[in-house]
Amino acid sequence: MTWYVSRRFLQLIPVFLGATLLVYFLVFSLPGDATAAICGERGCTPAVVTALREQYNLDEPFWIQYLLYLKGVLTFDLGTNFSGRPIAVIIAEVFPTTAKLAVMALIFEAIFGIVFGLIAGLRKGKLFDSTVLVLSLVVIAVPIFVLGFLMQFLIGVKLGWTNPTVSGDATVSELILPAVVLGLVSFAYVLRLTRTSILENVKADYVRTATAKGLSRKRVVVVHILRNSMIPVVTFLGADLGTLMGGAIVTEGIFNVNGVGLTLYRAVLNGDGPTVVSIVTFLILIFCLANLLVDLLYAWLDPRIRYA
Amino acid sequence: MSSTIGNDGITEVRTAPSEVRPLLELKDLAITFDTANGEVPAVRNAHLTVMPGETVAIVGESGSGKSTTALAAIGLLPGNGRVSGGSILFDGEDITNASEKRIVELRGSSIGMVPQDPMSNLNPVWKIGFQVKETLRANGLPYSPQDVAKVLSEAGLPDAESRANQYPHEFSGGMRQRALIAIGLSCRPRLLIADEPTSALDVTVQRQILDHLDRMTDELGTAVLLITHDLGLAAERAHKVIVMYKGQVVEAGPALELLTNPRHPYTQKLVASAPSIASRRIESAKKLGVATDDLLAPSAEKADAKDKVIEVKDLTKVFKIRGSWGKSTDFTAVDNVSFSIARGTTTAVVGESGSGKSTVARMVLGLETATAGDIRFDGVDITTLGRKELFNFRRRVQPIFQDPYGSLDPMYNIYRTIEEPLRVHGIGNAKSREKKVRELLDQVALPSSMMQRFPNELSGGQRQRVAIARALALDPEVVICDEAVSALDVLVQAQILNLLADLQAELGLSYLFITHDLAVVRQIADHVAVMEKGKLVEQGSTDEVFDSPKTAYTQSLLAAIPGAGLVLPPEAA
Repeated sequence: MTWYVSRRFLQLIPVFLGATLLVYFLVFSLPGDATAAICGERGCTPAVVTALREQYNLDEPFWIQYLLYLKGVLTFDLGTNFSGRPIAVIIAEVFPTTAKLAVMALIFEAIFGIVFGLIAGLRKGKLFDSTVLVLSLVVIAVPIFVLGFLMQFLIGVKLGWTNPTVSGDATVSELILPAVVLGLVSFAYVLRLTRTSILENVKADYVRTATAKGLSRKRVVVVHILRNSMIPVVTFLGADLGTLMGGAIVTEGIFNVNGVGLTLYRAVLNGDGPTVVSIVTFLILIFCLANLLVDLLYAWLDPRIRYA
Repeated sequence: MSSTIGNDGITEVRTAPSEVRPLLELKDLAITFDTANGEVPAVRNAHLTVMPGETVAIVGESGSGKSTTALAAIGLLPGNGRVSGGSILFDGEDITNASEKRIVELRGSSIGMVPQDPMSNLNPVWKIGFQVKETLRANGLPYSPQDVAKVLSEAGLPDAESRANQYPHEFSGGMRQRALIAIGLSCRPRLLIADEPTSALDVTVQRQILDHLDRMTDELGTAVLLITHDLGLAAERAHKVIVMYKGQVVEAGPALELLTNPRHPYTQKLVASAPSIASRRIESAKKLGVATDDLLAPSAEKADAKDKVIEVKDLTKVFKIRGSWGKSTDFTAVDNVSFSIARGTTTAVVGESGSGKSTVARMVLGLETATAGDIRFDGVDITTLGRKELFNFRRRVQPIFQDPYGSLDPMYNIYRTIEEPLRVHGIGNAKSREKKVRELLDQVALPSSMMQRFPNELSGGQRQRVAIARALALDPEVVICDEAVSALDVLVQAQILNLLADLQAELGLSYLFITHDLAVVRQIADHVAVMEKGKLVEQGSTDEVFDSPKTAYTQSLLAAIPGAGLVLPPEAA
């Protein structure tokens, strides 16, 4: 087990190198002069442009630029963005908000998705099942920005239950509405996945045997059906955690959440290469860790899976 | 529904209070399934009684409604099934429409169950001990680790205390079945429903488990409702046998009486073709001095006159088993095995699962490379063949596999399935291939109208006929049957064995028959080779091996054939 985990951590090294190289190359290939983005509409004097090019190694060939960047990262120096702020500080500033939002969205979609999916699966073909299935289809079909604005308007503006937008502090109560919007689509998928998985397991021989042993229906459902049905759901949730951590440009935009998604979006618009590369690399590492977590959860859920 | 009740002439006898009351009584039970095509009756007018401490067997082929009937008794019908008529009485109490609460009370503590397939009936994510413990707990019995270990060791599980901490996948099939028996009997039920409790197991394991089950239920005074497709097994184990056919009870009575004097045509067919009893028939006939030749496989007399088509010498196969930390250990699956097949005869390789018999078949087919030794086909060592020669070799040696559901491509219709080998080997043109497929279907007694059908529209026996037709498409000289009939019901099994024997006589085929079922061997093979743990422990002509087995292992295999212990009066045979 220890060997397996350490091997998985070692695998992060090539992933890290490959990801940074790819993203760095993409940013490098962007058309236009990076200094133009820094100087804005008024423009800079040629002397300043030269100095900027010097500072960000813009005159060096691609490989040298990349290696210099890598050297910085390995010495824990992510460099500064084009406005001169250290990128590490920016990440430290915006990531906690995104992480909070992501975890809240995940909790929402997991709890409601699994509970609703379980009930729908056990009552296949009944009113609850059909209603929930239609609603989940609607949620999947309607674009997220429509749902987002709609809920912001209804709950935030009309009913006034919560602030329509999130303040700079991003408190938990303010984040509930954005988290629900963010988790809504995944909630629909978790629900459907749980329902399918439950339907499959309800018919399993060991469930019939468990019933024949004299167990109560409740115990059969919780102990023998639910746990066995969680394996595909956990896979989905783990992968989704990685995605959610990457921030949500649309949701963060609608609710004005100062998170990773919005910051990354601005950096891309500004052609701010160092920021883009650093944030994306950071997100890739988080994604890999989330997947490792899923694989370890597997072994816990299904003892037939053993890692060596 | 009510109009059909009582038309079978069974007169109801009211039991006086002083008499022993039946433990389980099914009266005119009818069960229907709601399907997309409307209501389908699964069981009609089922009538049976089980007295306390008595063992009653329900015999029938798959789809006869035998399991459905038994499951209805503890309210375990699948979601779309329901009791649509008649009544179920347990110890005098009508439980046909009992509340969920009452049924839950009865399950486990009053009516236990041992299910069919040990592989799928234990929850893979919970430890064995946990699954025993929750049974004890749900039925209000003490459930300490000692209690759990006691229950497991009673069912014959060695080392119960540490075994309880293992997961089902760490158990062999026989051990799992013991765990399931432990669970079924853990709460001392008065009735145990045993649904094909051993059909997934090897004969010797089957015997041990059934013996143990017999002993335990005898000691505890438990009545048993045994569901089985094997008439020999039913007759050997049960006081009373009930034969079901197409959802109806066609015959019921004391086991021996039913065997010796079957009245219903279906029971007569069943008795005639049950392999375990057929083998007895041959032996009994022999004792009576009847010439056995015409009772045996038709090619028996040709046995040793002809040349050897396949010669296997010192065949060995070693598998590397991956251990922890990248180390690997060797596992010898096949150890120095030598045998030969004379042209036009049948050689059977028998053994339990894990004996290496299927590995031998795979090596002879050239699907697996041998670690050592050689396999000569018509004098040429196939282990040295190149790609192209191997391709030609495959044409002359064809397989038929066990599972007729898994070995046919569900997306190919029957024509395409049988024609494919011809096309792959570039034989003939479209027209001549179609003619050949028609001939082949004719040979296996399937109508040529079947060509456009798909495997899912066919029964198990029909599929196996298709598999045989496909194997014969290339006019092979040798056909390797890997458990080719063990997934089939007895009557279908008998038909397929007859078909194989006819084809052998007609086409001069040689068979290598891999099987765990000695009763089948007796019917079809000229030569038998017995394998145990990778080694060939005994071989000889079928008569020699069956009449005077030399090794203790072969003796135990023979003794384990269900029905082997039955003593039939000679006139019955």
